[in-house]
Amino acid sequence: MTNVAKRTFDTLVIGAGGGGLRAALQLADAECHVAVVSKVFPTRSHTVAAQGGINAALGNVSPDNWHWHMYDTVKGSDYLGDQDAIEYMCRSAAQLVYELEHAGVPFSRLDNGKIYQRPFGGQSREFGKSQATRTCAAADRTGHALLHALYQQNLRAKTHFFDEFYAVDLLKDADGYVLGVLAFEIETGEPLVIEARTTLLATGGAARIFQSSTNALINTGDGLGMTLRAGIPLQDMEFFQFHPTGIAGVGNLMSEAARGEGGYLLNAAGERFMERYAPNARDLASRDVVSRAIITEIREGRGCGERRDHVLLKLDHLGADVIKQRLPGIRELAMRFAHIDPIERPVPVFPTAHYMMGGIPTDRHGRVVAPAMFGPEEAVPGLYAVGECACVSVHGANRLGGNSLLDILVFGRAAGNHILEYLRDNPYPRETPPDALEVPLQRLRRWERPGKGETVYRIREEMRSVMERHCGVFRSGDLMTEGIRKVEELHDRLQHAVIHDRSKVFNTARIEALELENMMEIALAAIISAQARQESRGAHSREDFPERDDDHWLKHSLYFMEGRRMDYKPVRLKPLTAETFAPKARSY
Amino acid sequence: MRFSIYRYNPETDAKPYMRDYQLDIDASGKMLLDAILLLKAQDETLSVRSSCREGVCGSDALNINGRNGLACITPLSDLKEPIELRPLPGVPVIRDLVVDLSQFYHQYRAIRPYLVNQDPEPEIERLQAPEQRAELDGLYECILCACCSTACPSFWWNPDKFLGPAALLQAYRFLADSRDQATNERLDYLEDPYRLFRCHTIMNCVDVCPKGLNPALAIGKIRSLLVKRTI
Repeated sequence: MTNVAKRTFDTLVIGAGGGGLRAALQLADAECHVAVVSKVFPTRSHTVAAQGGINAALGNVSPDNWHWHMYDTVKGSDYLGDQDAIEYMCRSAAQLVYELEHAGVPFSRLDNGKIYQRPFGGQSREFGKSQATRTCAAADRTGHALLHALYQQNLRAKTHFFDEFYAVDLLKDADGYVLGVLAFEIETGEPLVIEARTTLLATGGAARIFQSSTNALINTGDGLGMTLRAGIPLQDMEFFQFHPTGIAGVGNLMSEAARGEGGYLLNAAGERFMERYAPNARDLASRDVVSRAIITEIREGRGCGERRDHVLLKLDHLGADVIKQRLPGIRELAMRFAHIDPIERPVPVFPTAHYMMGGIPTDRHGRVVAPAMFGPEEAVPGLYAVGECACVSVHGANRLGGNSLLDILVFGRAAGNHILEYLRDNPYPRETPPDALEVPLQRLRRWERPGKGETVYRIREEMRSVMERHCGVFRSGDLMTEGIRKVEELHDRLQHAVIHDRSKVFNTARIEALELENMMEIALAAIISAQARQESRGAHSREDFPERDDDHWLKHSLYFMEGRRMDYKPVRLKPLTAETFAPKARSY
Repeated sequence: MRFSIYRYNPETDAKPYMRDYQLDIDASGKMLLDAILLLKAQDETLSVRSSCREGVCGSDALNINGRNGLACITPLSDLKEPIELRPLPGVPVIRDLVVDLSQFYHQYRAIRPYLVNQDPEPEIERLQAPEQRAELDGLYECILCACCSTACPSFWWNPDKFLGPAALLQAYRFLADSRDQATNERLDYLEDPYRLFRCHTIMNCVDVCPKGLNPALAIGKIRSLLVKRTI
């Protein structure tokens, strides 16, 4: 401990995407001494890539209310979402969006000057009766607009930023209090202890564990790895969302906004096949439903192209004006990555790993909760998590489009508010025990080992291909059992891997190695949780157990790194004030 | 394909040098970043930033065959061999293709890049007509990649005094926003022989912007706001 530099703050946020920055803003505006640690400059965080928008029942285009939004979210979650948290999120949505607008987000506008809203998948009026128009948008660059505005507001509020610092591990004391983090400055390689009375993880998702992914290269789930190593389980890790419309072959996202604005999917016969799978919502059914439909079309020989390995997303009928005005970003992506102008021709698409519904278990205040002495949900003192790395759970087994930007804002603010309470109740910092740094420093030193061994690159690419093949859109017990064996073997091989960059200065090889350690634990969590859940629910679709089984599986999974074991806890079916939406058959 | 890449590690190299690489890759449909990541798999010691790999995060701005651009949206097949990769010009190099953008970020912070509005907040959104909102198109999309500022000779000569095209584009983004009320303060800050007026309309910024934005036009509009104010 003695020779590692140390900085002390009231509160620490790890990750500078929308969730981390929304929380930091709440704290900085309350005159709290807040530090944000991020491995990239804040506006490079993955929130920047969110396209379609953010759900809130503003009713600017057609009548709407939060209760319908809540129903859609519960149904979309395939009844695995916790209804107290979902009610809280949907009730807060409008206020959070107005706050963003006041903060400067350049939302697109309706003729009357109000925020523009578009229809999105899985949303309805009057509890499933007709399509709603609920997604607030800044063209198709909503995440970019939102992230930049939040960063700008944090500059105003004088949040302290540690840009390009990589967080290695949480620091804890013997009583289980989280006291901060060991990080290092990427530019110099120098380790730094950042002490704080509370630590908020907002480190984003981990869909990079799959070969084909819409995610940024930085989405390696570092906060999840830290959480597992701190002895805390991960929740519902079997539920990964495959977005129906990644560009075939490269994986870049074609926003659901494309279908919200009136685009639709075609198979090789030129048939609008979603009409068969979801007679009412058609192309705006929930993402899990559309992804399965696409794979089924391809498996049954109705895929497009020479290899019959994709379907087409048709937009040209919308006309050049709508595409240029409402979907300029996805037009740019299609032209660059598929060499197709959607104004003229349809875009080849394929379901692509996109979003992690599971994550670090929290309550609706963002507090990390884990089984302890008296029950399955005891708060870990000083530790919070929000956004894609957290599992509140508002998304359950399948997230609705437009709910992830909402999730990060609602729970970013909620966590900020709860942290203020915690700081008031715990005014004095606790001592970091002298041995707390030993394990994390060892983790860093391990990658200085000389000699021969496999490369990180090779093991990572193999892992991603195993996850794609053994834990994809459709799953089965045998396939996953074999997959677990393969990931375990890769996990062992990683212990012997070496890197050949010895430099302290901006050593990205070392970062990739540390990231792969995190991804490997997450891959194990995902495939072991998936193999254990013997039913089909939301994004988790088992060919050997094709039905949802509420009698046995209406419960959250918890995966522990130690012993790679599973545990379970009940779903909170009771909302805060509304009536429970009891599980029923889910059709669109 | 053949590459020639700028290498410099301050710990081991007395001075920078160009290193040649050979890569077996089918260029069709691939982007430059794909090739760089494969080269990195061969040679782990090559340092470069990257993240979204689709041109929205601004991490992988490089000088590519003499011209600033984003590696992730530069088609490999468009590039003449050997492909020469250098760090962005005019800013300190940390290592290899990674540059220190502190000055660039400082300029961004200097223009107070956030909405200022003193009125009580309404319970709903502030209204903005579609035409007013359209004034922000071509401004808010900036990804802070620094391609423009580091291609600007005025920025190279006076990095400490001239704000550079990226910061000025953002300055205009807030001047152009019907909701912002700090127009006078913003113009006071910009009315300075260096901050704004070192722009000599060389137009490199417009030429290299990977998002197709036009900082020179925004700078021109700030100038006319300043002129209007004096009349």
